[in-house]
Amino acid sequence: MSDIPKADELFKSIDYNPPTTGWMDTPVDFSPGHWCYPAKPEKMEYMESKLPGLWGPARAWSPGEADWKLPSNWKEIVVNGFRERLKKFRSLQVFMDICVRCGACADKCHFFIGSGDPKNMPVLRAELMRSVYRGEFTVAGKILSKLTGSRVMEEDVLKEWFIYFYQCTQCRRCSLYCPYGIDTAEMTMMARELMHLVGLNINWIMEPVANCNVTGNHLGIQPHAFKDIVDFMVDDIEEVTGKRVKAPLNEKGHEILFITPSGDVFADPGIYTFMGYLMLFDEIGLDYTMSTYASEGGNFGSFTNNETMKKLNAKMYAEAERLGCKWILGGECGHMWRVVHQYMDTMTGDTQHAGMTTPKSPITGTVFETSAATKMLHITEFTADLMKHNKLKLDPSRNDHLRVTFHDSCNPARGMGLLEEPRYVIKHVVNNYFEMPVGTTREQTFCCAGGSGLNTDEIMEIRLRGGLPRGNALRYVQEKHGVNTMACICAIDRATLIPLADYWAPGVTICGVHEMVANALVMEGESERKMDLRQEYLPGFEDEEDDWTPPNMEDA
Amino acid sequence: MNALYSLLFVFLLVLIPLFGVDAAHLRTFFGVCIPTTAFIIFIIGFIYKVIIWGRSAVPFRIPTTGGQFKSFDPKLFPQNKLDCPQTGAQTFFRMVLEVFAFRSLFRNTAVSLHQGKDHPIVAYKSSKWLWLFAITFHYSFFIVALRHLRLFLEPIPFFVNGIDFVDGLLQIGAPTMYLTDLGLLAGVLLLLGRRLINARINYISYASDFFPLFLILSVALSGIYMRYYAKVDVIAIKELTMGLVTFNYVVPEAVGVSFFIHVFLVSCLMAYFPFSKLMHFPGVFLSPTRNLPNDTRAKHHVNPWNDPNIKAHAYADYEKQFGVPMAEAGLPLDNPENGKAPEEEA
Repeated sequence: MSDIPKADELFKSIDYNPPTTGWMDTPVDFSPGHWCYPAKPEKMEYMESKLPGLWGPARAWSPGEADWKLPSNWKEIVVNGFRERLKKFRSLQVFMDICVRCGACADKCHFFIGSGDPKNMPVLRAELMRSVYRGEFTVAGKILSKLTGSRVMEEDVLKEWFIYFYQCTQCRRCSLYCPYGIDTAEMTMMARELMHLVGLNINWIMEPVANCNVTGNHLGIQPHAFKDIVDFMVDDIEEVTGKRVKAPLNEKGHEILFITPSGDVFADPGIYTFMGYLMLFDEIGLDYTMSTYASEGGNFGSFTNNETMKKLNAKMYAEAERLGCKWILGGECGHMWRVVHQYMDTMTGDTQHAGMTTPKSPITGTVFETSAATKMLHITEFTADLMKHNKLKLDPSRNDHLRVTFHDSCNPARGMGLLEEPRYVIKHVVNNYFEMPVGTTREQTFCCAGGSGLNTDEIMEIRLRGGLPRGNALRYVQEKHGVNTMACICAIDRATLIPLADYWAPGVTICGVHEMVANALVMEGESERKMDLRQEYLPGFEDEEDDWTPPNMEDA
Repeated sequence: MNALYSLLFVFLLVLIPLFGVDAAHLRTFFGVCIPTTAFIIFIIGFIYKVIIWGRSAVPFRIPTTGGQFKSFDPKLFPQNKLDCPQTGAQTFFRMVLEVFAFRSLFRNTAVSLHQGKDHPIVAYKSSKWLWLFAITFHYSFFIVALRHLRLFLEPIPFFVNGIDFVDGLLQIGAPTMYLTDLGLLAGVLLLLGRRLINARINYISYASDFFPLFLILSVALSGIYMRYYAKVDVIAIKELTMGLVTFNYVVPEAVGVSFFIHVFLVSCLMAYFPFSKLMHFPGVFLSPTRNLPNDTRAKHHVNPWNDPNIKAHAYADYEKQFGVPMAEAGLPLDNPENGKAPEEEA
């Protein structure tokens, strides 16, 4: 990160004036920092063995070199794959034909706002594909190529795709403003599917995909190690609360299967959110189990192609069947919920076992009809319902040292519509809550700039540039309201927002919603809370560690 | 440059009927053959494209949600029914607003960067200009087109007369000036001006973005010229146009050359339409991020090409691979055999 300019300098370098050369004639920068590292060959070999025909040749290659070691018939593969997908996805076919280039989307993309690179305007990002569509598949485009902005598939075009379709986080903000609903996320998904066919891939996506398939989680943690980590967290909870909570794993015969992104299990600060789940479930006596086999809620397959998305997703119902669970409770995660909400039932709904039922809270009796098909409920829906029925004893004053804002994650916001539930939960557990400025929240929320598999450090400058809109909105409430904590309901956010905040709004901490819930949760028989889940002393107890004196010695 | 090409091309288009009718006397060709052919191309091309779209599968329901979804407790968390529709009816109303009010465009914002006292500021402000230009243009064009029905229908339907009356309500000039003539002209010029002046929009514009604007401008100007300046013989024109729709072709002598230019430009527009971005008109109805309800968690949707052969990595294989450490860690096993340290792995 040493060669990344300071925030002020980077900000000053943003220029929205387009270059003097037309976009087709403007060369692409392939220097390091502009691309993500390609996948390790052994990961691709593994994927080829599991889902053959989707991945092109497994090989070592680098986008920084001239030769990308493409298969000799790569052009044919891409063009045929393109034609096939036009028939399989109406979104692609229609979006290829109807854009009028009105430019409404142009300044809606966080990557454009932070970089000024015209190819980061959603319209041009999509034109990278549309130009090929017109040049290869339309008569007008074949005859009048220059006048209609058409071109044929060339190696330079493919390379340009690789740079710019891995500079889109599929956040769908552009699609909200498009008068025809053109969704660049769809375009990016299609372009990535096509690139995979000829072996263009990135390791930060493919290694998690391969790991999720083998071990169930994206870091490739094996089941026994997974259990160890969970046990550590149970110890930590005991340290903080004096209570030893249950953390059932792979147990049969429970009503509910709980699945959360595995980032919550391994990564700070996700682990505190995970502890929050454990404490909440223990306190309400929830009849649930987790699974090491289906230990990844996030679906890294959704960043590659629809086949892989389905294969990884299928684990959820398979595990619910094996363990005999009636319904699935899902943790705080962004793209996991895009997949669960808009894809899961369509893809794998027919593999649900007969014993699955519409989610019903065993505590309040609420039946969640809105998830009658998937049988899968979002944790903030579940917790909001508990709070509505006053089933939790909460002491929000424990969070009084926090001044909190909430970051709507792209997928729950624009691919689901889950906006109020997390806010409701937060407002029950904190006393100081502040919204970021209008236009940067809810359905208009800005991406963390690390979604869709771009949470990798080699493109840190690109991420920080894309993080400007979110970071700046955060800075605003930091200055105005003294906000020191940004909550989110996404495991990728919990990882990516930390460098973003350090860079654009230093001093703001990132946390999950259920971390704050657990900190406010008054558990039966718990010892006095002197520290939060991060084992940081609460206000009034700061001196405990160093100069703690037994009460009976005070007067001595 | 792209704009210039388009402008030149439209000039050329104007010259064709000018010489064709005036010099070559191809009156029937330009009065009957061209518009009929163009209309056929328009209809067939339009339907063909829509059929292609319709044949393409809708594997997933992917509405872009623009507000709160239907919650487990709609009283506590009221649903935004228009921007996050959950039923067919709600989706219908979302589409109505999208098509008739350009609702998404109405949301438009403009971003700007500022240097604050001690830190940068990214600011957003509502920007409704594009919406205003677009709505002026489209509604004017729509009403102008409706008004033209009087040339193709006898008797003239009441609503066409009604539109005529309202459109000319200001009673300025003779013949009375239509508001929509002004609106159409203003709309095209504003959209064109935006494309020329705004550097960012100019950068993304092809000749195929300027051409339809210039073409529509030429259609409007030729129409205005006919009505207000050439004061063409409308009775004669109606004789011709009624002939077109009753297949009883006549080209009266009284029809002047300005009419042929107007008709030729309109014909160009019709023939060009199905192969161009103008297809956004039918396209918006088929946009999967707008025309689908946000209901797949509650209702099963069928993907016609869903592949049942794609299955999860089997748990049995997982347990076979990790059974030994799982057993050591005290995790339950389906098959206790998997927990015994096998010889071959040692």
